[in-house]
Amino acid sequence: MSFFPYAVAAWLFVIGLWGVVSSRNLVRTVLSLTVVQSSTYLILLGVGYRTKGSAPIVADIPTTSKLVDPVVQVLVLTDVVIEATVTALLLALVVQAHKRFGSVDPDDLRPLRD
Amino acid sequence: MSHLSALPVLVPFLAGPLLVATGSFAPRWWSDAVGAVSAIAVVALCALLAAHAAPHPFAYWLGGWQPQHGFSIGISLSIDVFGAGLAAFCGLLTTAALVYSLRYFDAIEGFYHGLMLLFMAGMVGFCLTGDLFNLVVFFEVMSAAAYALTAYRIEERAPIQGAINFAITNSIAGYGMFIAIALLYARTGALNLAQIGVALSPHHADPLVIVAMTLLFLGFLTKAAVVPLHFWLADAHAVAPVPVCVLFSGVMVDLGVYAVARLYWVVFAGALGGHAGTVRAIFVAVGVVTALTGATMCFVQRHIKRLLAFSTISHIGMFVCGVALLSHGALAGVAVYMVGHGLTKAALFMCAGILLHRFANVDEYDLHGRGREVPVAGVIMAVGALLLAACPPFTTFMGKSLLDAAASGRSGYGWLVAVFIVISAVTGGSVLRVAARVFLGWGAKEGPKHAIEQARAAEAESRETEGGNDHTPLVMMVVPAVLLLGVLVLGLIPGAVPAAERYAAQFADHRLYAAWVLHGARAALPILAPSHVSGSDYGYGAISTVGALAVAAVGLFGYRLRGVRESRPATALTAAVWRVRELHSGHIGDYIAWWSAGVSLIGGICLLALR
Repeated sequence: MSFFPYAVAAWLFVIGLWGVVSSRNLVRTVLSLTVVQSSTYLILLGVGYRTKGSAPIVADIPTTSKLVDPVVQVLVLTDVVIEATVTALLLALVVQAHKRFGSVDPDDLRPLRD
Repeated sequence: MSHLSALPVLVPFLAGPLLVATGSFAPRWWSDAVGAVSAIAVVALCALLAAHAAPHPFAYWLGGWQPQHGFSIGISLSIDVFGAGLAAFCGLLTTAALVYSLRYFDAIEGFYHGLMLLFMAGMVGFCLTGDLFNLVVFFEVMSAAAYALTAYRIEERAPIQGAINFAITNSIAGYGMFIAIALLYARTGALNLAQIGVALSPHHADPLVIVAMTLLFLGFLTKAAVVPLHFWLADAHAVAPVPVCVLFSGVMVDLGVYAVARLYWVVFAGALGGHAGTVRAIFVAVGVVTALTGATMCFVQRHIKRLLAFSTISHIGMFVCGVALLSHGALAGVAVYMVGHGLTKAALFMCAGILLHRFANVDEYDLHGRGREVPVAGVIMAVGALLLAACPPFTTFMGKSLLDAAASGRSGYGWLVAVFIVISAVTGGSVLRVAARVFLGWGAKEGPKHAIEQARAAEAESRETEGGNDHTPLVMMVVPAVLLLGVLVLGLIPGAVPAAERYAAQFADHRLYAAWVLHGARAALPILAPSHVSGSDYGYGAISTVGALAVAAVGLFGYRLRGVRESRPATALTAAVWRVRELHSGHIGDYIAWWSAGVSLIGGICLLALR
């Protein structure tokens, strides 16, 4: 297993954070958040990978075959469900923000200040 | 009995969606009844579990996947008195919040009750689970419900912004934790907390373990709102409905501290055993910065809910210091204090709710003297303020005296006693100031001009309860009064505090934890000489109480000493405080920039210092 996926995961985490920090549009903020989360998929799948391992579906292959780790795949599935929930909720909030503020620029959302 | 272990999570997980599904057509009494009954059932079940775990903590393996020869691949609920007790406390505050909601909201739909139950389910599962991945999943479950509850008044502006900030900050913290899980799973092949701890213990902590530890700790401390990861908290508290704030401040933030304590002692204590002194120094520093920043910000607020939110941040700083002292005495102090603080803060938020319900406003200056119409609320707020100030001899004082004893017993950390006194005095004094101004009409009517935007924010709160009301329902005063009565009584129950110390010693023993989780061992409760509250503890309590009175007096009458305040902050100190206040901009990009900087800084220090 090469070093490469971990480097990509680290890059996704950092660039996603930068996206959230620098965003001028809340839709972009939410999508940057999903970029941050993508790094977690990659790193989880990366740690469970085995060279030349097959998918962990043991119905039609000999039980002695080399498999990739099924546990991390299950973790990623849960992670995806969480992402779907949070992203849907956030996008609903962004739609509502657009209705109430007439803008999706975080700079215009300052009701707590002025 | 142990087969009941999953029920406290299952009951609200089933009842919550039922209420969401029936909410649109069922009558309100149905939602109220199902909500309250489920919450009470959870309290009873968790109390049963705690009683069952009192002699010997036990693990319940879902699906019967017992560990074989001390090796587990199953998922456990690992139930000890601290975990089950905290879960019962979550249920108790949810019950109180739901009962308070009976008359607080003029109109409310079933999905509110459903979300409250899902929120509780997440918190209870979080307290009971013995599995790292489940811990983070329950974190996400309670967070998702909490985001939705924050934005409950979706037709208004402020709640939308507060919920977005809350959701993005906590989600990023959660993703950091997923990475930590991947790293620890790659290293140990395990997800059970005890199993990971056993696998890590024999080895020296290398950078991978330290990165994982930092991401987990700082993830949970984002939920606990440690400076500079705390920005979301004040925004969320300012806009969330009052019964939701009761849960946020009363127990949700405490869960972050609980998770850090659990993870340290079960997972990392063995591997980091040689570095305990460094870990202590780093996290005590984090706690002190949080405590002092929170106390300062608390003092300068005029929006009552924000003021209470910053007081919570300040107390969280104190709890982090307590856990970071890494002794079972301090841990017992944190546990006792959490109960006292949670009940007190819940009652104080309910007081803010009474004001909001009656006057449709939570601005300290706008309400000058108007609270005379509801004297009972004034008494509750004043008593709550004194309890925040750790007035002897009640529960908060008992917790603080344990913390004081642990700090002075640890060479080099005696100065923490002074920090704790400052926190108690400033937060208690700020609340006392509000009580005197609102309910007695003392002090100035006009606030400092540079805080005027807070007044506007407080006005934006106005529609939580459909304008003002002429009458405050009895139940809204009974519930906070009962909670405060709990704070007055609980710490004085003979044997309660020594028992907390013994269970804390059990909590802080990672070998014992592995033995009862993985080997089903009957772990006996450690025997300790009970500590006594000393004369100096009463002295510290008296100082913080008098200090609170002094802080309140300065807040009320300080302008006479300095002449009329000018629109520009005059002294260097107020300028600095003003600068810090400006940082709480409400802009999500700023918050995440601070979050990233804080995580990089603390993580970098951990990496360099713990090698």
